[in-house]
Amino acid sequence: MCTYLTEKVDVEGSGKGPAGWFGVTEASVYFDHPQHARAEHTLNIDFLNPGEGPSARVAVELTATSARALAAAIESTLAAVPPGLV
Amino acid sequence: MNDAMMAETISITGHGGDRIEAYLARPLGDGPYGGVVVIHHMPGYDEGSKEITRTFAVHGYLAICPNLYSREALGASPDDAAAVARAQGGVPDDRLVGDVGGAVEYLRAMPASNGKAGTIGYCSGGRQSFLAACSLPLDAAVDCYGAFVVGTPPEGMPLKVGPIIHLAEHLSCPLLGLFGADDSYPSPDQVAELDKVLTDLGKPHEFHTYEGAGHAFFSVNRPAYRPEAATDGWQKIWDFYGRYLAG
Repeated sequence: MCTYLTEKVDVEGSGKGPAGWFGVTEASVYFDHPQHARAEHTLNIDFLNPGEGPSARVAVELTATSARALAAAIESTLAAVPPGLV
Repeated sequence: MNDAMMAETISITGHGGDRIEAYLARPLGDGPYGGVVVIHHMPGYDEGSKEITRTFAVHGYLAICPNLYSREALGASPDDAAAVARAQGGVPDDRLVGDVGGAVEYLRAMPASNGKAGTIGYCSGGRQSFLAACSLPLDAAVDCYGAFVVGTPPEGMPLKVGPIIHLAEHLSCPLLGLFGADDSYPSPDQVAELDKVLTDLGKPHEFHTYEGAGHAFFSVNRPAYRPEAATDGWQKIWDFYGRYLAG
């Protein structure tokens, strides 16, 4: 099914797309049909910079298990950062 | 059978007089031919949508697929364009009607046209096919698993689409509906609700729901593809358009 569920979040950082690095200003997170992954549904993240056009995009499509593992890894990594750096 | 056809990217006039991109496929004979507007799925104006458009031409229809994301992402790869459209909340309903209306006018003005035109849409395009058929004078419409014709979208859904069942009284043509029993958007209950509303209104329609199929069962390049449902679905389409659109 198309879940149509999408979370948008403002982000600050950079991503590397087909034309090289660009500043990332927002991310779309959604669980829906993938373009490429061989699964019916995946957790998809688009890192975007709308000001630089549609091709300023880094996309990933992850199985739900992978996405949860990634989220946990991000949290644990940030939690381990020495005080004062974040 | 003469199946010679040609296909090319063209420019048509869409909503608000905007020039938008479209993919046109047509038989090479003199006609007269019925016209089909192919409304692409939410993942965009992609190779699969163009293949479907060519298939209609092979079967004797003038077929056109407007790029509904022309304004946001002209020239971008289909998946990038779809990501932009999703981030912006999808295609506004009034713009969709204007773009499909422009495509219908283009088809009806072609020398080989028989003056008849219909729509077919997949996924979000299924709802949009119904929307177009309730907003424009058409001869036939096909809704392939369109969500939110009835039913309330999930809370917090950022796509700016809502139920359009209130438009059903304006449905201008017969409607063919093709659905998967395992789908949740639309669910079998929602399909039954739409069926009942159209029956109560006396609107001609034919619905088929395939067991063992879910959403997007026509998509040959996705895991959701269900060959038996898709093959039978195509036969239903040829039969339906044969009665209401063909020469």
